[in-house]
Amino acid sequence: MMALLAIAARNLLRYQRRTVLTASLITLGVLAVLLFVSVAGSFRGMMIGQITDAMLGHLQIHHRGYVESTENMPLHLNLGPDQVQALTARLTTMPEVEAVSARIKFGAMLSNFTETTSIRLTAMDPEQELATVPLLGGRVQGTDPRQLARGEILLPDVLARGLKINPKDTVVLVATNRDGSVNGQTFLVAGFVEGLSGPGGRDGYLHLADARELLRLEQAEITEIAVRLKRPEHTDRVVGQLRLALGAGKQGQGAGQGQGPGAGAGVGSGPAGAGAGSGATPDGKPAPLEVHTWDQLSPFSTIAKMIDLLTLFVQIMLVSIVLISVMNVMMMAVYERVREIGTLAAIGVRPRSILLLFLLEGLLLGVIGAVAGVLLSYGVVGVLDLADLTFSFGRQEGLLLTPVLDAATVAMVGLAVVLVSALASLQPSIKASRLDPISALRHV
Amino acid sequence: MSVVSARGLTKVYDSTAVPVHALRGIDLDIAPGSFVSIVGPSGSGKSTLLNLIGCLDHPTSGSLTVVGEDVTVLGREARARFRGDHIGFVFQDFNLIPVLSAFENVEYPLRLLRGGATGERRRQVQEILDAVGLGEIGGKRPTELSGGQKQRVAVARALVTGPQLVLADEPTANLDRDTALLVLELMKKMRDEFGTTFLFSTHDPRVVHEAEQIFTIEDGLLRSGGGAS
Repeated sequence: MMALLAIAARNLLRYQRRTVLTASLITLGVLAVLLFVSVAGSFRGMMIGQITDAMLGHLQIHHRGYVESTENMPLHLNLGPDQVQALTARLTTMPEVEAVSARIKFGAMLSNFTETTSIRLTAMDPEQELATVPLLGGRVQGTDPRQLARGEILLPDVLARGLKINPKDTVVLVATNRDGSVNGQTFLVAGFVEGLSGPGGRDGYLHLADARELLRLEQAEITEIAVRLKRPEHTDRVVGQLRLALGAGKQGQGAGQGQGPGAGAGVGSGPAGAGAGSGATPDGKPAPLEVHTWDQLSPFSTIAKMIDLLTLFVQIMLVSIVLISVMNVMMMAVYERVREIGTLAAIGVRPRSILLLFLLEGLLLGVIGAVAGVLLSYGVVGVLDLADLTFSFGRQEGLLLTPVLDAATVAMVGLAVVLVSALASLQPSIKASRLDPISALRHV
Repeated sequence: MSVVSARGLTKVYDSTAVPVHALRGIDLDIAPGSFVSIVGPSGSGKSTLLNLIGCLDHPTSGSLTVVGEDVTVLGREARARFRGDHIGFVFQDFNLIPVLSAFENVEYPLRLLRGGATGERRRQVQEILDAVGLGEIGGKRPTELSGGQKQRVAVARALVTGPQLVLADEPTANLDRDTALLVLELMKKMRDEFGTTFLFSTHDPRVVHEAEQIFTIEDGLLRSGGGAS
């Protein structure tokens, strides 16, 4: 085997220009794929990070049916104090969970005493919120959101500009309560929030207790719980555990039940697996809770899927390049060496050794191209990292591009190239091994 | 015991509209260590007979024993292994690999068929190159060698694996008379040195008398044989 490998390597050196050209083509293909994967992955990771770390969290828990009605921001689908307490207790004991933030989402009218407009608001506990979406601080101008006090509000910057509202101005919020009555309250503008694409990206922020007062909520009820995980890649696992524990089945089943706060099953009361997939609690009633991952809540998930699809297409292109170039070279090698193959067969080299010899030549070509491509990719990615390239996403500018080549992707691409090279060499190798020695020796 | 023994050997090519009877019942015996020529005009069946003895092709009928083994029953892989173990080949056009040096051309079958330690392999190659008188020019490529030198390299390549039988199909056809005689002398010398049986085909009357035993073949039939020069 080692002798065949050495001879295969030697044979590649016979036609140096052809070998270099083919290996270069494979190298460039690998470089293109790895660069695309790393840059697109950086962009994707950055965007997901922005969405999860500045707004949504990694997952959210709502009353069943809330997400379907989220545009209306209904108050009758709130989570009751008992649910919130039990949920928070369960979440804080899960080792994967880093922080949770309870929120009330609602709509109101905003007035600067000369003009009035509608506004979407997120009420939260500043400490909890910043622990759950730490990049929120970066979106806020004029104050540290951790210091947001009772009676203060953070307004969306676009809205504030339109109404010519300045920091320390007083504004009035008028909100419709759950029973249909309205209530108004003045707030001091503490700062402005930069907008972000997706749900909640244009929300203003205020203190949870202020929202309860404005909405005349007598109990400590909330709209949603946002959860931050220590490792985002554990999202699906945690969601699965939560759905089992909460008796919340797959999302999208059944409409909202319209139950009041505090109604429904207790958190984690059912046995593991009970109600999973059916959306029902052990007692047969519809589960009152839903767990959603960030990608189910954000339209960016579509862009992320498109990036994944593009990556797949680029990988298919690489496979095609390798397949065609290696097959072409190996076909040429067989046609040019028919007499040599006949001689090898005549002197007693077995057909399987001839097959292996040509297979190894193609394989080596793939290995050389893949190794060179990977090394070059690491170099280029290193240069890109040093160059501190920035890009814009929506209204966000100056996002730093930090392409990273992870070992699994590199191994997968390298392995694919080598396997495809072997596959491409297979047909010419079989042809070589099946040549009739007498005809091959007569070949001119 | 004969190194080659054939009885009623026939070969019919029936891939064409009219079947071609290349061999029509050959009986022959070749003793070990002999220096034998098969003589006959073009198309008489010389190459077909050599191909059958060299296990490159299957006879249509008859028996054929080479180095004591019935080769008519061997499959493709087994025939290849048998050739590698027992038979060496010298070709009319030398069939050297142009990008390899003379040394590497001789080393090639050893690497592919025998493996072994590099040092020992190189010693063997050098020894055989010395034996054919090319010990000093092993580094040259075939394009830098004369026709006679190329055929010497081919003889060295055929002998390097230590076969009991070397088959040479028109080994002197592309050489001038003097060079042809030198190559045949070398082959005879190698026979003497290594005890290898040499069987070569030719239709060149200038060199046929070099053989110790001559089989004449015409229209696929053996007309005469066994006559020593």
